[in-house]
Amino acid sequence: MPELLKTPLNAVHRALGAKMVDFGGWDMPVQYPTGIINEHVAVRTKVGLFDVSHMGEIRVKGPQAMAFLDWLTPNAVVKLAHGQIHYTAFLYENGTFVDDLLLHKIADDHFLLVVNASNVDKDFAWVKKHAAKWDVEVTNESDATGQVALQGPLSIDVLQPLVDIDLSQIKYYWFAFGNFKGMPAMFARTGYTGEDGFEVYCPAEKTAWVWNELMESGKPHGLVPTGLGCRNTLRLEAKMALYGHEIDDTTNALEADLGWIIKLNKGEFLGREALATLKEQGLGRKLVGFRMLEKRDIARDHMDVLVDGKKAGYVTSGSPSTTCGFNLGLAYVPISNAPLGSRIHVDIRGKACEAEVIPTPFYKRAK
Amino acid sequence: MYPADVKYTKNHEYLKPLGDGTALVGITHYAQEALGDVVFVDMPEVGAKFKAGDEFGTVESVKTVSEIFIPSACEVIEINGELEAHPEYVNEDAYGKGWMLKVKLDGGLNSELLDAAAYEALVSAESH
Repeated sequence: MPELLKTPLNAVHRALGAKMVDFGGWDMPVQYPTGIINEHVAVRTKVGLFDVSHMGEIRVKGPQAMAFLDWLTPNAVVKLAHGQIHYTAFLYENGTFVDDLLLHKIADDHFLLVVNASNVDKDFAWVKKHAAKWDVEVTNESDATGQVALQGPLSIDVLQPLVDIDLSQIKYYWFAFGNFKGMPAMFARTGYTGEDGFEVYCPAEKTAWVWNELMESGKPHGLVPTGLGCRNTLRLEAKMALYGHEIDDTTNALEADLGWIIKLNKGEFLGREALATLKEQGLGRKLVGFRMLEKRDIARDHMDVLVDGKKAGYVTSGSPSTTCGFNLGLAYVPISNAPLGSRIHVDIRGKACEAEVIPTPFYKRAK
Repeated sequence: MYPADVKYTKNHEYLKPLGDGTALVGITHYAQEALGDVVFVDMPEVGAKFKAGDEFGTVESVKTVSEIFIPSACEVIEINGELEAHPEYVNEDAYGKGWMLKVKLDGGLNSELLDAAAYEALVSAESH
């Protein structure tokens, strides 16, 4: 087996007593000694700190950067202002996913794409391949870039004392450059938990120092280190897609309920034709949120969804929900079972357990 | 973490003989740590009879679900009802208030059960 990849914070996690797991080839903390539930609650009520240095950063620069990315991705890049971010995707010709990503517009000729750790090589090759016809320069800065995510309602209180810009001026899904205790860094008001928060981008070799400064600043606010375990339960409550679960190269953007990132009217883009056709034909299945009706039934990833006793779909993510107080999940179901209130069954170890299709996101923070 | 008055299975259940032909059954400290926060324990009815190695229930944690197996032939005489309201007892005190079943042993102890030293060796091999 190849050796697992390590982020610049690997030793820090071990010193904190984290339980480490193989996450797509990366040696990552799944939880720290206080456990997933405590970490989950800390992010919802106070603040938590995630190591997301394994994420990939791809920089696209050049005179045609904006036109190129507007063609390569389905969301409307031309509508972004300088300093603005949007959620988007790389799509195959048939409308399924190469990956999902955050696209940061630094200038008309300069963008930063943040992609999933396990897809970095595939994504970089994808962008490079298509860039050949455009006047752009594409660089993979993943190894040189450290990234931590501060998430939770008290995030701003933890980060503000350490930086020289007014963080309250950064709107949700915008970013700014500033100094972190004198070191240049990028601060993006984004996250993967459904809470307010900031993702701090810095040179890889400075990541441990940034982490420790944040931990120290966060002490009076109840900051705890948070791992991939609660990251998954938090993002599921907020109904944020996870590559390899809700989306992959077998699911298209429309059935994944991500129609809002597909701007069919903006002009040509990769995958547009397939998606326009799909939209016209109508979808056969759709991703929905559900809750298990019995308290004891917990749906898990990959379990079958049954309709009239027959396999009709599958669970993409399922878990108990600490915030909601019931067991929930996301699943692909036939379009006829997608309306709110529909009853479906999940095959839990051979037993057909009843579930109800309910509105998503399951959790939405108070603004 | 490996009490000497307890017998262990390779699947990380334990059996704690009480000296009167009865015993407590649960999952080990190592198992609860691997599972993470326990949110539900699905247990059998009082009166259920099992052979060694039979599945007797499941433990659901936030992360995952795990089947649990009977260490030695027995009949269930009590289940730990506290776990319904407090599944976290399994994490907090696996060999104490996190016990799952009280059983009446059916014959002698399963000879395949491990003592503390053998179990410790097994666990340290698994975690390295």
